[in-house]
Amino acid sequence: MSAMLASERQPIEGTTLFDGDMAQRGYALNAMCYSFNDAENREEFRRDEEAYCRKYHLTPGQRRAVADRDVLGMIAEGGNVYYLAKLAGIWGLNVQDLGAAQTGLSVDAFKAKLLSYSE
Amino acid sequence: MTEIIGGYFTSHVPAIGGAIAKGLQSDPYWKPFFDGFPPIRQWLNQEKPDVAVVFYNDHGLNFFLDKMPTFAVGAADEYQSADEGWGLPVYKTFTGDPALSWHIIEALVGDEFDITTCQKMFVDHAMSIPFELAWPNVDAWPVKLVPIAINTVQHPLPSAKRCLALGRAVGRALESWESDDKIVVMGTGGLSHQLDGARAGFINSDYDRFCLDHLMNDPEALVQDSIAGIVEKAGTQGVEILNWIAARGALGARPLAKRTENYHIPISNTAAASVVLEAV
Repeated sequence: MSAMLASERQPIEGTTLFDGDMAQRGYALNAMCYSFNDAENREEFRRDEEAYCRKYHLTPGQRRAVADRDVLGMIAEGGNVYYLAKLAGIWGLNVQDLGAAQTGLSVDAFKAKLLSYSE
Repeated sequence: MTEIIGGYFTSHVPAIGGAIAKGLQSDPYWKPFFDGFPPIRQWLNQEKPDVAVVFYNDHGLNFFLDKMPTFAVGAADEYQSADEGWGLPVYKTFTGDPALSWHIIEALVGDEFDITTCQKMFVDHAMSIPFELAWPNVDAWPVKLVPIAINTVQHPLPSAKRCLALGRAVGRALESWESDDKIVVMGTGGLSHQLDGARAGFINSDYDRFCLDHLMNDPEALVQDSIAGIVEKAGTQGVEILNWIAARGALGARPLAKRTENYHIPISNTAAASVVLEAV
Protein backbone atom coordinates (compact mmCIF):
# COMPACT_ATOMS: atom_id res chain seq x y z
CA MET A 1 0.00 0.00 0.00
CA SER A 2 1.53 3.28 -1.01
CA ALA A 3 1.00 6.45 0.96
CA MET A 4 -1.92 8.50 -0.25
CA LEU A 5 -1.38 12.22 -0.47
CA ALA A 6 -4.12 14.62 0.53
CA SER A 7 -4.54 15.69 -3.09
CA GLU A 8 -5.20 12.10 -4.18
CA ARG A 9 -7.92 11.29 -1.70
CA GLN A 10 -11.50 10.72 -2.77
CA PRO A 11 -13.92 12.87 -0.78
CA ILE A 12 -16.05 11.08 1.84
CA GLU A 13 -19.63 12.23 1.90
CA GLY A 14 -20.49 14.57 4.78
CA THR A 15 -16.95 14.35 6.09
CA THR A 16 -14.05 16.77 6.35
CA LEU A 17 -10.64 15.27 7.05
CA PHE A 18 -8.85 17.61 9.42
CA ASP A 19 -5.63 17.87 7.41
CA GLY A 20 -2.92 20.47 7.02
CA ASP A 21 -5.15 22.82 5.03
CA MET A 22 -7.85 22.71 7.68
CA ALA A 23 -5.35 22.89 10.55
CA GLN A 24 -3.92 26.10 9.08
CA ARG A 25 -7.32 27.61 8.33
CA GLY A 26 -8.68 26.76 11.77
CA TYR A 27 -5.68 27.58 13.94
CA ALA A 28 -7.11 30.69 15.65
CA LEU A 29 -10.52 29.14 16.32
CA ASN A 30 -8.99 25.94 17.65
CA ALA A 31 -6.53 27.89 19.79
CA MET A 32 -9.43 29.75 21.38
CA CYS A 33 -11.26 26.48 22.03
CA TYR A 34 -8.12 24.90 23.48
CA SER A 35 -7.95 27.78 25.98
CA PHE A 36 -11.31 26.61 27.36
CA ASN A 37 -9.59 23.80 29.25
CA ASP A 38 -9.14 26.59 31.82
CA ALA A 39 -12.26 27.54 33.79
CA GLU A 40 -11.18 31.19 34.05
CA ASN A 41 -11.02 31.42 30.28
CA ARG A 42 -14.47 29.90 29.94
CA GLU A 43 -15.74 32.54 32.32
CA GLU A 44 -13.99 35.31 30.42
CA PHE A 45 -15.62 34.12 27.17
CA ARG A 46 -19.04 34.06 28.84
CA ARG A 47 -18.53 37.60 30.14
CA ASP A 48 -17.57 39.10 26.77
CA GLU A 49 -17.67 36.76 23.81
CA GLU A 50 -16.79 39.48 21.29
CA ALA A 51 -13.68 40.60 23.16
CA TYR A 52 -12.56 37.02 23.72
CA CYS A 53 -12.87 36.14 20.03
CA ARG A 54 -10.91 39.30 19.17
CA LYS A 55 -8.18 38.34 21.63
CA TYR A 56 -7.72 35.06 19.74
CA HIS A 57 -7.82 36.80 16.32
CA LEU A 58 -10.67 34.77 14.91
CA THR A 59 -11.19 35.35 11.20
CA PRO A 60 -14.46 37.07 10.23
CA GLY A 61 -15.83 33.73 9.01
CA GLN A 62 -14.92 32.02 12.28
CA ARG A 63 -16.39 34.88 14.32
CA ARG A 64 -19.64 34.69 12.34
CA ALA A 65 -19.90 30.91 12.78
CA VAL A 66 -19.31 31.20 16.54
CA ALA A 67 -21.84 34.05 16.86
CA ASP A 68 -24.40 32.03 14.90
CA ARG A 69 -23.67 28.81 16.88
CA ASP A 70 -23.20 27.31 13.40
CA VAL A 71 -21.35 24.03 13.95
CA LEU A 72 -20.95 23.08 10.28
CA GLY A 73 -19.76 26.64 9.67
CA MET A 74 -17.12 26.32 12.38
CA ILE A 75 -15.93 23.06 10.82
CA ALA A 76 -15.82 24.66 7.37
CA GLU A 77 -13.67 27.42 8.90
CA GLY A 78 -11.18 24.84 10.16
CA GLY A 79 -12.60 24.01 13.56
CA ASN A 80 -11.73 20.54 14.83
CA VAL A 81 -14.47 18.81 16.77
CA TYR A 82 -12.18 17.76 19.64
CA TYR A 83 -11.54 21.45 20.34
CA LEU A 84 -15.00 22.69 19.36
CA ALA A 85 -16.47 20.32 21.96
CA LYS A 86 -14.94 22.54 24.65
CA LEU A 87 -16.75 25.58 23.22
CA ALA A 88 -19.95 23.57 22.93
CA GLY A 89 -19.56 22.70 26.62
CA ILE A 90 -19.73 26.39 27.50
CA TRP A 91 -23.09 26.50 25.74
CA GLY A 92 -24.22 23.38 27.59
CA LEU A 93 -24.19 21.28 24.42
CA ASN A 94 -22.86 17.72 24.27
CA VAL A 95 -21.78 15.73 21.21
CA GLN A 96 -25.34 14.53 20.62
CA ASP A 97 -26.55 18.11 20.52
CA LEU A 98 -23.74 18.85 18.07
CA GLY A 99 -24.74 15.84 15.98
CA ALA A 100 -28.32 17.05 15.83
CA ALA A 101 -27.21 20.55 14.88
CA GLN A 102 -25.03 19.26 12.04
CA THR A 103 -27.57 16.84 10.60
CA GLY A 104 -30.59 19.13 10.85
CA LEU A 105 -32.36 16.64 13.10
CA SER A 106 -33.93 17.30 16.46
CA VAL A 107 -31.85 15.91 19.33
CA ASP A 108 -34.48 13.23 19.91
CA ALA A 109 -34.45 12.27 16.23
CA PHE A 110 -30.64 12.15 16.24
CA LYS A 111 -30.66 9.88 19.31
CA ALA A 112 -33.32 7.70 17.66
CA LYS A 113 -31.12 7.41 14.56
CA LEU A 114 -28.24 6.14 16.72
CA LEU A 115 -30.48 3.66 18.49
CA SER A 116 -31.71 2.41 15.12
CA TYR A 117 -28.21 1.05 14.36
CA SER A 118 -28.70 -1.54 17.10
CA GLU A 119 -31.76 -3.06 15.43
CA MET B 1 11.10 -12.31 33.94
CA THR B 2 8.58 -9.75 32.73
CA GLU B 3 5.23 -11.32 31.98
CA ILE B 4 2.75 -9.87 29.50
CA ILE B 5 -0.65 -11.02 30.71
CA GLY B 6 -2.59 -9.88 27.64
CA GLY B 7 -4.53 -6.94 26.27
CA TYR B 8 -7.53 -4.97 27.51
CA PHE B 9 -9.35 -2.95 24.87
CA THR B 10 -12.24 -0.56 25.43
CA SER B 11 -14.08 2.45 24.12
CA HIS B 12 -13.36 5.61 26.05
CA VAL B 13 -15.99 8.22 25.13
CA PRO B 14 -16.53 10.99 27.71
CA ALA B 15 -20.21 10.13 28.16
CA ILE B 16 -19.06 6.96 29.98
CA GLY B 17 -17.38 9.23 32.53
CA GLY B 18 -20.61 11.17 32.86
CA ALA B 19 -22.57 7.96 33.40
CA ILE B 20 -20.10 6.81 36.09
CA ALA B 21 -20.28 10.20 37.81
CA LYS B 22 -24.08 9.99 37.88
CA GLY B 23 -24.14 6.31 38.93
CA LEU B 24 -26.03 5.21 35.81
CA GLN B 25 -24.30 1.82 35.41
CA SER B 26 -27.61 -0.05 35.87
CA ASP B 27 -29.69 2.39 33.84
CA PRO B 28 -31.30 0.53 30.89
CA TYR B 29 -29.46 2.74 28.39
CA TRP B 30 -26.04 2.08 29.95
CA LYS B 31 -26.33 -1.41 31.41
CA PRO B 32 -25.55 -3.31 28.18
CA PHE B 33 -22.26 -1.42 27.98
CA PHE B 34 -21.24 -1.70 31.64
CA ASP B 35 -22.15 -5.40 31.64
CA GLY B 36 -18.98 -5.95 29.62
CA PHE B 37 -16.73 -5.08 32.54
CA PRO B 38 -17.24 -7.56 35.41
CA PRO B 39 -15.33 -10.28 33.50
CA ILE B 40 -12.57 -7.78 32.73
CA ARG B 41 -12.28 -6.81 36.41
CA GLN B 42 -12.27 -10.46 37.38
CA TRP B 43 -9.38 -11.12 35.00
CA LEU B 44 -7.40 -8.13 36.25
CA ASN B 45 -8.04 -9.05 39.89
CA GLN B 46 -6.84 -12.56 39.18
CA GLU B 47 -3.73 -11.53 37.23
CA LYS B 48 -2.87 -8.42 39.26
CA PRO B 49 -0.70 -6.61 36.71
CA ASP B 50 1.93 -4.17 37.99
CA VAL B 51 2.17 -1.94 34.93
CA ALA B 52 -0.18 -0.83 32.13
CA VAL B 53 1.27 0.15 28.76
CA VAL B 54 -1.53 2.11 27.14
CA PHE B 55 -2.05 3.19 23.53
CA TYR B 56 -4.53 6.07 23.42
CA ASN B 57 -5.12 9.42 21.78
CA ASP B 58 -5.20 12.88 23.29
CA HIS B 59 -8.28 15.05 22.64
CA GLY B 60 -6.84 18.51 23.10
CA LEU B 61 -5.80 18.33 26.72
CA ASN B 62 -2.05 17.78 26.48
CA PHE B 63 -1.37 18.37 22.80
CA PHE B 64 -2.50 21.32 20.73
CA LEU B 65 -1.94 21.96 17.02
CA ASP B 66 1.19 24.01 17.78
CA LYS B 67 3.07 20.74 18.32
CA MET B 68 1.39 17.51 17.29
CA PRO B 69 3.53 14.39 17.64
CA THR B 70 2.60 11.36 15.56
CA PHE B 71 3.73 8.99 18.32
CA ALA B 72 4.53 10.23 21.84
CA VAL B 73 5.81 8.10 24.73
CA GLY B 74 5.37 9.34 28.27
CA ALA B 75 8.43 9.16 30.52
CA ALA B 76 7.17 10.90 33.64
CA ASP B 77 7.10 10.02 37.33
CA GLU B 78 3.40 10.81 37.32
CA TYR B 79 0.64 11.81 34.94
CA GLN B 80 -2.17 14.07 35.97
CA SER B 81 -5.74 14.31 34.78
CA ALA B 82 -7.06 17.84 34.30
CA ASP B 83 -10.11 19.89 33.38
CA GLU B 84 -10.97 19.13 29.75
CA GLY B 85 -13.45 21.96 29.49
CA TRP B 86 -16.81 20.26 29.42
CA GLY B 87 -17.63 19.04 32.87
CA LEU B 88 -15.99 15.66 33.46
CA PRO B 89 -14.46 15.23 36.91
CA VAL B 90 -10.69 15.51 37.27
CA TYR B 91 -9.54 11.94 37.74
CA LYS B 92 -6.89 10.36 39.92
CA THR B 93 -3.20 10.89 39.19
CA PHE B 94 -1.30 8.03 37.58
CA THR B 95 2.07 6.84 38.84
CA GLY B 96 4.58 6.49 36.01
CA ASP B 97 7.30 3.94 35.42
CA PRO B 98 10.06 6.09 33.94
CA ALA B 99 12.62 3.28 33.86
CA LEU B 100 10.36 1.18 31.66
CA SER B 101 9.39 4.25 29.62
CA TRP B 102 13.02 4.96 28.80
CA HIS B 103 13.66 1.32 28.00
CA ILE B 104 10.78 1.44 25.52
CA ILE B 105 12.03 4.75 24.12
CA GLU B 106 15.54 3.36 23.63
CA ALA B 107 14.15 0.24 21.99
CA LEU B 108 11.78 2.16 19.70
CA VAL B 109 14.39 4.61 18.47
CA GLY B 110 16.80 1.70 18.07
CA ASP B 111 14.08 0.13 15.92
CA GLU B 112 13.87 3.37 13.86
CA PHE B 113 10.60 4.64 15.33
CA ASP B 114 11.52 8.28 15.88
CA ILE B 115 9.02 9.02 18.61
CA THR B 116 8.51 12.11 20.77
CA THR B 117 9.33 11.76 24.46
CA CYS B 118 7.32 13.53 27.16
CA GLN B 119 8.63 13.97 30.71
CA LYS B 120 5.53 15.96 31.51
CA MET B 121 2.13 15.21 30.05
CA PHE B 122 -1.49 15.36 31.08
CA VAL B 123 -3.62 12.37 30.22
CA ASP B 124 -7.29 12.83 29.38
CA HIS B 125 -10.50 10.78 29.51
CA ALA B 126 -9.05 8.34 26.97
CA MET B 127 -6.81 7.14 29.81
CA SER B 128 -8.92 7.76 32.91
CA ILE B 129 -12.20 6.22 31.73
CA PRO B 130 -10.70 2.82 30.81
CA PHE B 131 -9.02 2.80 34.25
CA GLU B 132 -12.28 3.77 35.99
CA LEU B 133 -14.02 0.94 34.14
CA ALA B 134 -11.34 -1.58 35.07
CA TRP B 135 -10.70 -0.50 38.66
CA PRO B 136 -13.79 1.33 39.96
CA ASN B 137 -13.85 2.80 43.44
CA VAL B 138 -10.16 2.42 44.26
CA ASP B 139 -8.22 5.03 46.19
CA ALA B 140 -5.20 4.75 43.91
CA TRP B 141 -4.65 3.00 40.58
CA PRO B 142 -3.13 -0.42 41.26
CA VAL B 143 -0.81 -0.26 38.24
CA LYS B 144 1.94 2.04 37.08
CA LEU B 145 1.50 3.65 33.68
CA VAL B 146 3.43 4.02 30.46
CA PRO B 147 1.26 6.10 28.09
CA ILE B 148 1.82 6.00 24.33
CA ALA B 149 -0.19 8.61 22.42
CA ILE B 150 -1.03 8.19 18.74
CA ASN B 151 -2.13 11.22 16.72
CA THR B 152 -5.71 10.65 15.61
CA VAL B 153 -6.51 14.36 15.43
CA GLN B 154 -4.59 16.03 12.63
CA HIS B 155 -4.08 14.29 9.29
CA PRO B 156 -1.86 12.86 7.98
CA LEU B 157 -2.25 10.19 10.66
CA PRO B 158 0.17 7.29 10.85
CA SER B 159 -1.02 4.35 8.76
CA ALA B 160 -2.65 1.37 10.44
CA LYS B 161 0.26 -0.70 9.19
CA ARG B 162 2.71 1.62 10.92
CA CYS B 163 0.70 1.54 14.15
CA LEU B 164 0.77 -2.26 14.12
CA ALA B 165 4.52 -2.16 13.58
CA LEU B 166 4.94 0.36 16.40
CA GLY B 167 2.97 -1.90 18.70
CA ARG B 168 5.07 -4.90 17.73
CA ALA B 169 8.24 -2.91 18.47
CA VAL B 170 6.83 -1.98 21.89
CA GLY B 171 6.06 -5.66 22.45
CA ARG B 172 9.68 -6.59 21.68
CA ALA B 173 10.81 -3.90 24.14
CA LEU B 174 8.58 -5.37 26.85
CA GLU B 175 9.99 -8.83 26.25
CA SER B 176 13.53 -7.55 26.73
CA TRP B 177 12.64 -5.69 29.94
CA GLU B 178 14.31 -7.34 32.89
CA SER B 179 11.86 -7.24 35.77
CA ASP B 180 9.44 -9.37 37.75
CA ASP B 181 6.56 -7.20 36.59
CA LYS B 182 3.32 -8.34 35.07
CA ILE B 183 2.26 -6.02 32.27
CA VAL B 184 -1.17 -5.44 30.79
CA VAL B 185 -1.31 -3.79 27.36
CA MET B 186 -4.26 -1.51 26.70
CA GLY B 187 -5.78 0.05 23.60
CA THR B 188 -8.55 2.63 24.06
CA GLY B 189 -11.08 4.35 21.80
CA GLY B 190 -13.50 3.52 19.02
CA LEU B 191 -15.28 1.69 17.72
CA SER B 192 -17.10 3.31 14.79
CA HIS B 193 -18.28 6.86 15.41
CA GLN B 194 -18.28 10.26 13.82
CA LEU B 195 -18.88 13.47 15.76
CA ASP B 196 -18.37 16.04 13.02
CA GLY B 197 -19.89 17.00 9.71
CA ALA B 198 -23.12 16.22 7.93
CA ARG B 199 -22.34 12.50 8.44
CA ALA B 200 -22.28 12.95 12.25
CA GLY B 201 -23.85 9.95 13.96
CA PHE B 202 -22.40 7.49 11.45
CA ILE B 203 -21.93 3.97 12.84
CA ASN B 204 -20.86 0.85 10.93
CA SER B 205 -21.43 -2.38 12.84
CA ASP B 206 -20.25 -4.51 9.89
CA TYR B 207 -16.80 -2.91 10.04
CA ASP B 208 -16.73 -3.07 13.85
CA ARG B 209 -17.57 -6.79 13.74
CA PHE B 210 -14.84 -7.28 11.15
CA CYS B 211 -12.33 -5.63 13.49
CA LEU B 212 -13.49 -7.62 16.51
CA ASP B 213 -13.38 -10.86 14.53
CA HIS B 214 -9.85 -10.34 13.22
CA LEU B 215 -8.14 -8.49 16.07
CA MET B 216 -6.80 -11.58 17.81
CA ASN B 217 -5.79 -13.95 15.03
CA ASP B 218 -5.41 -11.79 11.93
CA PRO B 219 -4.51 -8.21 12.85
CA GLU B 220 -2.98 -7.82 9.39
CA ALA B 221 -6.55 -7.74 8.08
CA LEU B 222 -7.09 -4.49 9.99
CA VAL B 223 -4.16 -2.71 8.37
CA GLN B 224 -5.09 -3.19 4.70
CA ASP B 225 -7.11 0.04 4.51
CA SER B 226 -5.62 3.50 4.10
CA ILE B 227 -6.45 6.03 6.81
CA ALA B 228 -9.03 7.58 4.47
CA GLY B 229 -10.45 4.11 3.96
CA ILE B 230 -10.73 3.57 7.73
CA VAL B 231 -12.40 6.97 8.14
CA GLU B 232 -14.88 6.05 5.44
CA LYS B 233 -15.69 2.72 7.14
CA ALA B 234 -15.40 3.70 10.82
CA GLY B 235 -16.07 7.45 10.90
CA THR B 236 -13.74 10.34 11.61
CA GLN B 237 -13.29 9.33 15.26
CA GLY B 238 -13.62 5.61 14.57
CA VAL B 239 -10.06 5.95 13.37
CA GLU B 240 -9.19 5.51 17.06
CA ILE B 241 -9.08 1.81 16.13
CA LEU B 242 -5.40 2.66 15.52
CA ASN B 243 -4.92 2.45 19.30
CA TRP B 244 -6.39 -1.05 19.35
CA ILE B 245 -4.22 -2.10 16.40
CA ALA B 246 -1.04 -0.86 18.11
CA ALA B 247 -2.01 -2.57 21.38
CA ARG B 248 -2.65 -5.81 19.51
CA GLY B 249 0.78 -5.46 17.94
CA ALA B 250 2.37 -5.19 21.38
CA LEU B 251 0.97 -8.62 22.31
CA GLY B 252 3.22 -10.10 19.62
CA ALA B 253 2.95 -13.62 18.27
CA ARG B 254 2.22 -15.30 21.63
CA PRO B 255 -0.85 -17.54 21.78
CA LEU B 256 -3.94 -15.62 22.85
CA ALA B 257 -7.45 -16.50 23.92
CA LYS B 258 -10.45 -14.19 23.83
CA ARG B 259 -11.37 -14.04 27.50
CA THR B 260 -14.35 -11.74 26.99
CA GLU B 261 -15.92 -9.49 24.39
CA ASN B 262 -18.85 -7.09 24.51
CA TYR B 263 -20.24 -4.95 21.69
CA HIS B 264 -23.10 -2.52 22.09
CA ILE B 265 -24.72 0.24 20.02
CA PRO B 266 -25.00 3.05 20.95
CA ILE B 267 -23.44 4.87 23.84
CA SER B 268 -23.66 8.56 23.07
CA ASN B 269 -22.68 8.72 19.37
CA THR B 270 -20.51 5.62 19.50
CA ALA B 271 -20.55 1.90 18.87
CA ALA B 272 -18.87 0.64 22.02
CA ALA B 273 -16.80 -2.47 22.62
CA SER B 274 -14.68 -4.04 25.32
CA VAL B 275 -12.37 -7.03 24.84
CA VAL B 276 -9.75 -8.97 26.74
CA LEU B 277 -7.21 -11.02 24.81
CA GLU B 278 -5.48 -13.18 27.36
CA ALA B 279 -1.98 -14.62 26.93
CA VAL B 280 -2.28 -18.42 27.27
